Amino acid sequence: MSSATEPIDEILKKSYDAGFVTDIEQEYAPPGLNEDIVKFISKKKQEPEWLLQWRLKAYRRWQQMSEPRWAKVSYPEIDYQDICYYAAPKTDKDAPKSLDEVDPELLETYEKLGIPLHEREVLAGVAVDAVFDSVSVATTFREKLAEVGVIFMSFSEAVQEHPELIKKYLGSVVPVSDNFFAALNSAVFSDGSFVYIPKGVRCPMELSTYFRINAAKTGQFERTLIVADEGSYVSYLEGCTAPMRDENQLHAAVVELVAHKDAEIKYSTVQNWYPGDENGKGGIFNFVTKRGLCEGEASKISWTQVETGSAITWKYPSCILKGDDSIGEFYSVALSNHRQQADTGTKMIHLGKNTKSTIISKGISAGHGQQTYRGGVKIMRGADNARNYTQCDSLLIGDKCGAHTVPYVDVRNSTSKLEHEATTSRIGEDQLFYCRQRGLSEEDAVSLIVNGFAKEVLKELPMEFAVEAQKLLGVSLEGAVG
Amino acid sequence: MLKIEDLHVEVEGKPILKGISLEVAAGEVHAIMGPNGSGKSTLAYVLAGREGYEVTKGSITYKGEDLLEMVPEARAAEGIFLGFQYPVAIPGVSNIYFLKAALNAIRKHRGQDPLDAIDFMKLSKEKAAIVQLPDELTKRSVNDGFSGGEKKRNEIFQMALLEPSLAVLDETDSGLDIDALKVVAQGVNALRGPERAMLVITHYQRLLDHIVPDVVHVLIDGRIVRTGDKNLAKQLEREGYSEVRDAPSL
Repeated sequence: MSSATEPIDEILKKSYDAGFVTDIEQEYAPPGLNEDIVKFISKKKQEPEWLLQWRLKAYRRWQQMSEPRWAKVSYPEIDYQDICYYAAPKTDKDAPKSLDEVDPELLETYEKLGIPLHEREVLAGVAVDAVFDSVSVATTFREKLAEVGVIFMSFSEAVQEHPELIKKYLGSVVPVSDNFFAALNSAVFSDGSFVYIPKGVRCPMELSTYFRINAAKTGQFERTLIVADEGSYVSYLEGCTAPMRDENQLHAAVVELVAHKDAEIKYSTVQNWYPGDENGKGGIFNFVTKRGLCEGEASKISWTQVETGSAITWKYPSCILKGDDSIGEFYSVALSNHRQQADTGTKMIHLGKNTKSTIISKGISAGHGQQTYRGGVKIMRGADNARNYTQCDSLLIGDKCGAHTVPYVDVRNSTSKLEHEATTSRIGEDQLFYCRQRGLSEEDAVSLIVNGFAKEVLKELPMEFAVEAQKLLGVSLEGAVG
Repeated sequence: MLKIEDLHVEVEGKPILKGISLEVAAGEVHAIMGPNGSGKSTLAYVLAGREGYEVTKGSITYKGEDLLEMVPEARAAEGIFLGFQYPVAIPGVSNIYFLKAALNAIRKHRGQDPLDAIDFMKLSKEKAAIVQLPDELTKRSVNDGFSGGEKKRNEIFQMALLEPSLAVLDETDSGLDIDALKVVAQGVNALRGPERAMLVITHYQRLLDHIVPDVVHVLIDGRIVRTGDKNLAKQLEREGYSEVRDAPSL
């Protein structure tokens, strides 16, 4: 029906709220990648020799690897020699120690994004390790966390202050040779966050990092490492947004989580990087490797993600369930509008006995968006009585988008139990009309229906994040009616 | 309140309504009766502004305004309520959340402040009682997994909350057993008032035993062939639509 498709063309004309550029002096490495650049980065960060060697090893492996092509995404060839691999805000002497020392313009950027650090500090009790471009410029609440022994700092600081922990865990979950993008990240990662929760400590607040890409043609190579020692608990929030750009920006982050015996890590992401305009111009390429290791008995790792941004998303937060009785969870809402393409899902690798995993994936496609759920559940020989439940739902808005489901299952132990459920539905004209007849505008109706669809995932998010995510889903779909 | 003049409507190029004229004043309850395919639901959808129903001729004036110029949500805000024959489910959205959003959207249109959660809950409890809608149903997802009777009760519950000026009830009796029918009818009767007009669309006379109309229209093949009082409905029940169509007007 033409009457139903016409509004689609009106669609998604919503300009990107966070599209502005902050004018701050940058210190760049020249574009291109070779061993000298790797050495430059390492030297800039005054890293120990072992870390330089680790990077170089990764770089050499990377050179032998090729970009993965199996994902259902298409994008122009990336010229890795045309990218800058290091940019940091200039600092005269040392990095700022408190917010007062932070460049006011930088703080204003966060204000515009609705992330007032001061307010969050005082009201929400959230410690924010704000990553601007590649170097952390503000770390808050560190003292309070230090009282209970929690370490929460930028990755480069951790390299200086806790080299033994970094050396022990870096690359222990995602080895340098894991995949093309992880190898690239390992060679050139600039900064990120490091968290260590000591034995038996329940982290007294939610830890949060806001990422923001701010320099043209500067790839972002964040490195996050979270270690939860025996019996500890931490909830970590990651939120991202970026200014409008015409050129594609490469992002290849690596996140490693390690949960020891009886420990629990909850990792939540709201991702809102610039998705490109309605014609698919611009937008972030997001090639992320996220993996958690449930090392100890009865440990638990839970990934929750709301992915609304990026032109291309290639991301599979996974769990290796090594410890007996360990639990892995993956809750995801991914939204593709305009020309966005998302190939995302998870891998659950069951090694230990009585291990359990849950996968709830909700894909929303609108405009010309393409959405693929790609999941792998692997039950290894020793994983007696392993269980997996997978639920994978797709919602289509309009008739030019696509949803695809690619679930892999590999079972090598006959005592395991696996369940898989999948649905595909469409926002119906009848649902929209019903809402409008009750007085809701078309946009509010879409937002309401989509949030209902995503509810099972949104409820896994910490409260304030859930509210933000709800708004984000609505904003990302404004005008997306078919 | 509502004045329909020589209304012609096509759906996918096919004429469905072929010249309907009708006037409903505030405080009146009109029944529209007719066999399947006569255009009853089309009339309801046109009044509510559903896409795909093309008005090729005629006019609808509501509270002195040209109704056809208004988008569906504006009509709702101006007090038009459609009780659906087949209410749709909205999974994951609680009934109460949905209605609060709807009511506050309408209040906003009227220049009123939004109701907060506490006031809304109080109002909702009060209105749910009118149709004996269990508390549990108000918290479930909109119409999701509701039985036929629950859906219809939910429609009347929504009507009670939104307090429309013109309620169009499309086959509210379909799929109801006699007990449920009584509950729904009682709910509707409780909402009758001097400021509110109702258009009750039904296939069967039995609903009109419980919701007694002021005026009955018989719609056949896109035209109103007879108009009378409540006795016309009874005559229809006895004699069938074809007899009534062919008989001279009362």
